[in-house]
This record gives sequence, structure tokens and C-alpha cells, in this order.
Amino acid sequence: MDVNVTVNGERYERDVEPRKLLIHFLRDDLDLTGSHVGCDTGNCGACSVIVDGVLVKSCMMLAVQVDGATIETVEGLAQDGELNGLQQSFSDHHALQCGYCTPGMLMSASALLRQNPHPSEEEIRKGIQGNICRCTGYVNIVEAIKAAAE
Amino acid sequence: MTETTVTPERPLVVEEGETRPGFIGQNIPRKEDKRLVQGEGVFFDDMKRHEMGFVHFVRSPYAHARIKSVDVSKALELDGVYGTLTGDEVAILTDPFFELSTPPGANIKDYALAVGKVRHVGDPVAAVVARTRELARDAAELVEVDYEPLPLVLDGETALEDAVVLHDDAGSNTVWSGVFDWGDFDAALADADHVIRIERLHFDRFSSTPLECAGCLVEYNRGTGQWTIYGNHQMPGVGAIWMAPSLRVGLDKLRFVSQDIGGGFGNKITLHPQFTACCLLARKLNRPVQWTEWRTDQHTANTHGNERTFLDITVPVKADGTMLGFSVRAIDDCGAFPRYEPLGCIIWAQVTPGCYRWRNVRVDFTQVCTNKSPVAPNRGYSRMQHLWLTERIVDVVAAELGLDPVEVRKQNYVKHEEFPYTTPNGCVYDSGDYARCLDIALELIGYDSIDEKRRDAESRGKLLGIGIGSTLDSGTNNFGQSMILNPELQFSGNNEVATVKLDIFGEVVVTLGTVPQGQGHETTTAQVVADILGCTPDEINVRAGHDSYWNSHAGFSGTYASQFAVTGLGAVKGAADKLAGEMKQLAAAVFGVTPADIELAESQARIKGNPEAALPFMALGAILNANNAGLPEDLDISLNVRHVYRPQFQKPDVERKYGNLTLTYATQVHACVVEVDPETGVYDIVDYAAVDDCGDRIHPQIVEGQVHGATAQALGAATHEIFTYDEEGNLLTPNFYDYHVPHALDMPPLKTGYIESTSPFTPLGAKGMGEGGGAGIHAVCAALQNALGKRGEGPIVWHSCNPYHRVWEMLQQPEESRKLVSVESR
Repeated sequence: MDVNVTVNGERYERDVEPRKLLIHFLRDDLDLTGSHVGCDTGNCGACSVIVDGVLVKSCMMLAVQVDGATIETVEGLAQDGELNGLQQSFSDHHALQCGYCTPGMLMSASALLRQNPHPSEEEIRKGIQGNICRCTGYVNIVEAIKAAAE
Repeated sequence: MTETTVTPERPLVVEEGETRPGFIGQNIPRKEDKRLVQGEGVFFDDMKRHEMGFVHFVRSPYAHARIKSVDVSKALELDGVYGTLTGDEVAILTDPFFELSTPPGANIKDYALAVGKVRHVGDPVAAVVARTRELARDAAELVEVDYEPLPLVLDGETALEDAVVLHDDAGSNTVWSGVFDWGDFDAALADADHVIRIERLHFDRFSSTPLECAGCLVEYNRGTGQWTIYGNHQMPGVGAIWMAPSLRVGLDKLRFVSQDIGGGFGNKITLHPQFTACCLLARKLNRPVQWTEWRTDQHTANTHGNERTFLDITVPVKADGTMLGFSVRAIDDCGAFPRYEPLGCIIWAQVTPGCYRWRNVRVDFTQVCTNKSPVAPNRGYSRMQHLWLTERIVDVVAAELGLDPVEVRKQNYVKHEEFPYTTPNGCVYDSGDYARCLDIALELIGYDSIDEKRRDAESRGKLLGIGIGSTLDSGTNNFGQSMILNPELQFSGNNEVATVKLDIFGEVVVTLGTVPQGQGHETTTAQVVADILGCTPDEINVRAGHDSYWNSHAGFSGTYASQFAVTGLGAVKGAADKLAGEMKQLAAAVFGVTPADIELAESQARIKGNPEAALPFMALGAILNANNAGLPEDLDISLNVRHVYRPQFQKPDVERKYGNLTLTYATQVHACVVEVDPETGVYDIVDYAAVDDCGDRIHPQIVEGQVHGATAQALGAATHEIFTYDEEGNLLTPNFYDYHVPHALDMPPLKTGYIESTSPFTPLGAKGMGEGGGAGIHAVCAALQNALGKRGEGPIVWHSCNPYHRVWEMLQQPEESRKLVSVESR
């Protein structure tokens, strides 16, 4: 099936198998490998992207469902090689170790800060509760988001 | 800020014999971050090759069954299927992986795919390769396997009876067994005023479940017979030692490459069976093949942490609270195949007396196979289980004798002034101050006002408990400890490699033998090299990841066992020191002075006291590499040096099971406060402190990050994470729905503290760290027991993992666990 989609401002048209997941479409067909796969049950959030302004786990959507949609992924956060405030804050606060959950975490945090530019710690933790990190215990991730919001 | 520019707080010029200036000890920005926060890391699954095929394993639905037949014909008929591999082929094309154990374990035959029998649910029986991963799954469904189910055995104690035997070749489920007996336990028992006996403690099965599953992309070069494995094996040096003989090729035919790895925690040390299957497929089908493990497969059939049952624990105690040691019978359940085992049968001995001055220890240790997933060296490997035992002993003894758990610890801890301290089995604890760490932890949780907090909790209908976990993270293995298990093994010592070169344009390039998975090796390496060469970390190009073809690879290369700050950076320091020497030699030759007249500073080699006479790095690189006519004939330098760091170890005394098994001992002291709802067993961790001592810290922020991570994993293991099986051997927690790891909302606020006890034995005064000792598990268990009972009353926390339902059970029937403990006072 034909899928027309805009990802990070760029338009793509691809012929896609109906059963292909959005995460595999992004990674395999568009070579946008920043979003990751960490589970097969929709729990880990490593594949989180923003579709038409809504945060989604891209393993829980079929590629054909995004026909006509606008998608934002981690690759679109930095502009002209300059990290955005959230990315820089993650680095400054050592909010990443292996970096595998980081792209999904950044997209969840981006979605959170758009809706709620000044979240409390509790709201930050709620905002990323769909994203699993096995390295950091979330301590510095929460700090980084808090600092980026300030 | 996009560049990692840092101004050192201290001067860069280092005089010989002087210690410390520069970047070591500073929180410089991590070199890895810029790519990772942009999604520009390269994990193995990000790589593609033209016409590559996707591998899917056909896995057993039975925990124990004979394989009567495997029919792949229908799968092969499916359009887009490239080929298959079965156990019968594997048995012809490969030899079994070597086993580390003496018999019976030595006789186990472990192949890349199940041969003849399946021994756990998820055991791979065949593999299918197809054009897409979806097609590969479809095709796997078409593989017909005829099984004859067999009786199964799921717990270690029953497995010891050998009524059901997993490995016919071994003839027994016992992998390895032995008695460790140090000091004089019988005399200690006779000398005791109290003897505390604990019938049973059980350390539950869990794993650190790295977010990136295992996998590889394998290419086979038919012309050279060489495989390139782009994968996330975290110990490829040892992986190759397993795989090459099995594949009947030399080690150099296996090239392991990785850039970024999404967490390892030891779970990626035993990937040789799957990688071997992929090598066979790449060769058979003459195309690149790619295997990405599914999350469910990782939980079901890859690696778990060791499960251990402790029986008949006996603790002699003097009237003043001095504990004289302990004896125990330990049964370690390693699942269906030993793989890295039976090393866990000795690794615990690195921390035989825990943090304590116990001189008389007797451990009767047996490891057995059961029809569950195999185990691997999960973060805190084998020491964590043992340290949980030592901490449970302290808290049970304290509770039964009415001693203060803080004071009794301080009384029995190895004292600050006793370091280096030799344990009863010959290990040398390098440095530390356990009592000081405990004081800091207690201060962080406001221990002074704990009674007030207890009353406040009680006024709200809650039970408050406080618990301490004090552990050691032993790092830099002496692999000679394997000889205690099997004197035939030719492994001892340790090593790691780094190369450093100054290239033609003045670029400093470092390669490592280690295999980083988030520990920031590029960053800390740059700090060390910059300080030695008198430049900035920005100027140091540390190649990302690992490539066994870089010539920075030795037998024990890898990232495991809390050792990078010692072995990895020891190799880096050695190589950088050599390069610095050569740079001085070259500059001296150019200026016509002696190398002793040259200093390296501000990215130049210059004559001391005459900063005008300076050669920038670019000039040095260019002269030697491209403009070397006229240099002295005897100037024997390459500006491209390799250093192998080799800690000084001796082979242990195999008869006495005695010797120094690791080089460094980082300390963790955690304190935990819980509030339990007595009606439901639901509890919250309301305060938590982790104090760490890993010697001189290279990068404090990275150290603290490791403390956070190890603590989070320990708290997950203490509260929720258990691999539970039904009676047919099906894993009931095969994914992140059922296996609940901590989410952001689950984590209590963590307070951290530290001290730095310089290690006298390491190149940088640093100690390996990062695994922690599972201190969080011990602290939560102790806090729960403290909340639930008073002296001589209330339940004994005898599991390592205590979800709410177990707490509720303990509240309902305290006598069930209480009867596990008895006190004999003389």
C-alpha cells in the first residue's frame, strides 16, 4: 500500500506491506534509525515519536495508519547541527548512559514540555512513565527535563 | 553549547613524580552524548547490508522433550525464505562449546541449536532466514517439530536428586560441587556464646534486562573464510574462544565489531550459541544475515541471573556481638546450560566475609541444571547473591539477639586502619572505610530522628522500617580463580589493551580493547590521555566502540566485572605514557637536547624553561610520519604505541582454594526507609541513600550515574522483578508487561554520598565500580524485616524479592518464616 508521510519536514512516499509496524517503516524503509525497539509489547517507549502532534509508541501503530501524517522523530530535534535545549540538558545532566532509551525519552519529554512548559517533578515522572531506562534510575533524566523547562 | 571545551581547574604541566593536575576528576561533557541525543548512535540493529536475510529462531514450547524430528520443507517452500538451519546440521558442522567445569559438568554438550533434546522453554531447535523479519516469522511457524515430552525439574534442590536428568552425557544435574573451608569453623562454633541457625534463604531469579536486546549482523567472506560479526557481545575475547574451536577455525577468522551497545549488565556475555548459528547461516546461504532478539526471547531463553538457595546457615556469635564466621550449604541453579558457569561457584569467594572481619567460613557449594533459561553473569554476578547472605546473616543475628544493626555492623566491619586486609581465603581488600560510609548514609536519611519518624508513620497506621545494605563491588578478576574450580583450566591473571598514536596532522587517536555499553569510556579515556600528553580531551580522538581487528585486543578484552577504571584506563595510561616518551624523544632529536629537557604542555612539546622552543603536535606527527629524512638512525620510535596492562596476580593455591582473586574492592553502603501498610502488605520506600567509595574518581558524574543505575536495578530486584515459572516450565514473566522493571514513578528519591579511598594497587588510584553489590536488595529486605517484627517476633525476610503479596503473606503468617530461625544461647 502507498504511504505518503512527512517526517521531520521531509516528504516520503513508499510502498509498504500492510502489516509493517511504523517503527520498522521508520527504521528500515526511511533509514531513520534513531528511534529504537526495546520490547515487543508496547511497554518500553524506546520507539516513541510524535505523530500529528500526539506522542505515540511507533511499535503500536501500523505504517499504513500514518498515510498523510506529519511525524517528528529524534533526528528532527537538533537544528543545523545545534542540539536543542532538551538535548543539551540531557548531556549536561548525564541523563543518558547507553543512549538506547534516549531518543524515545527525548520525544516524550518534548511532548510533555509542549503541553506543560513548567511541569512539577511528579508531572515529569508521569510524562516519562511510558519510557523504560535500565541505566540511570531516571534521576538525571528528571533533572535534565526540569532544567530544560526552566 | 556544542563543543566539549573545558578549562582545567589545575595547571596542565606535569612534572615527573608529581601527581594530579588536569582533567582527571572533572565532570567534562561526555564525548558519546552528542551522537546519542541526536539518534546518531550506531547500534547493531541500525546496520543494513544489501540482500541481507533476517534470522528467526524456532523455539521449544516444552521445558524438556526429546526432538523426534524437525521438518523445514514447508518453510523452505515459502517465497522469500532463503534457508534454514537445524540441530542435526549444527551437530555435524560444529563441535560442542567447551565447558569450564570438571565432570559431571564437563561432559555437557552445548551447541548453537538444540541437538536431540530441548531443555527449557525457548530452547532454539531451528533457525529460518528470510527476506523480511515478518516473513522469517511466518516461515518459522511452518517448521514442524515433533517432540516427545519428558518429565522436568524446575528447582535446584529437586534437581540434585537426579530423578530427572537434563544432560544424559553428564549423567547428573550437578555441574560442579565443592567445599570451601577457611579458618576453623568447628572451633569457632565451640567458642560461641550464641549460635544462630537459619534453615533457609532464597535468592530469586531476575535479570537486569538491557533495553537493547541481543543480536548481530554477520557477513562471511568466502575468499578468506572470515566472519565479521557486528553485534553486541560484551566480552568478545572470550566469545571468540568459545566460538572459534566450535566452528573449527582460528580465532582471527572471527572479527567482532561494535559501536554503541544498549546496555549489557553481563547479559550479553554468553551470546556465543546464537552468534555461532548466525555464522553458520551466513556461510551456508552466502549472504549477510541479521538476528535481532525479541524481548520475549530475551526473557524466556537468553540469560537470567543466578538463583541460589542457602540452607542450614549457622552463625557463631560471641556475647559481645562479635560474629566469628558462618557455615552454609549453597545450591546454585544455573538453568539448562552452564555456559559461563561454573565460574559463579567461585566468583562469590572474592567477597567471602562480605564487609566483615569473619575468619571462619565454611561453604558447601553445589551448582545444578534445571529446565529453565540458562544464566549469565548478571550485574553483581555471584557476589551479590553471597553478599545478600552475609547481610541477611547480620540482620537476622541482630534481630534475634536484640543488637543494634548499626552498631553490630560497625563492630564487625573490617576497620579503616586494617587495610590492606587479607580475608580468610587470601583476597586482599585494598582500601576503604565502611563505618564512615555507613555514618554518611545514616546522616542522609536522618537516622537521628528515626524514632520520631516511626511514631509519625504509626500515627498514620503504617509500619516503619529501616534497613542497611553494605556491600563490596570487587573488580579486576584474577582469572586464576577458575583453576580452583578446574585445575586443568589454563586461565589466570587479567589483561587489557589500548593503543595511542600521534597521526600525521597531529591528531591523537586512541583505540580500546573494551566494549563500552554506556559507561563513557571515550570520555574518561580522553581525560587520562589529555593529562599525560598536556592537551585537552577535545584533542583526543577515542575511536567509538570495539573492533577485534584494531590490535587493541587481548584474551580478556571486554567490558565486564567492574574493571575499566583499572584495566582499561591502566592500558590507556600505559600507552599514553609510552607515546609521551616518544614525543619527547622526537622533540629532543629535533632540538638537539635530551628528552629530559622536554615537557609536554599546551599541545606542544617544548624545552623546559624556554616556551619559545616548541613543536606543536602537528609538527611532531608530520616530521615522523612524512618528513623524516635526517632523523637520527637510532631514534627508535613509531608514535604509534600499544600497551597491555597486566595486574600483578599469582595463581591461587588450588588445594586450599586460597589466593587473591580480585584487585580492587569498591564499597557501597545503602540505607533504606520503608513504610508498610499492615492491612495489605503494600509498602513505599520513603527515603533512600546510597554511599559509594570507588577510590579516586575519574569522572564523578559518571560514577554517580552508575550508582543511580545499580541502585535502581537492585530496587527493582528487591520489589518486583522475579522470573517465575509455572509447573510446566513456562516463564510467567516473559516481557515488560509481566516483568515489571522500575519506571520513573516507581523510583524513590535517591540521595547519594561518597568518599574516596585511593586504591594502593591501581595505576590511577581508582577502583572498578558500576555493578554495585546489590546493596539495594539487602537494604530493602532489612527494612522490611525491621518494619514487620521486633526481637524474637515477627517474620524473617527469607526471599531476596519481596513483592507486596509476599509481604502480605509474612504479615498474615509470621510463624511460617519465623520457624526458619533458631537461637542456641550457652
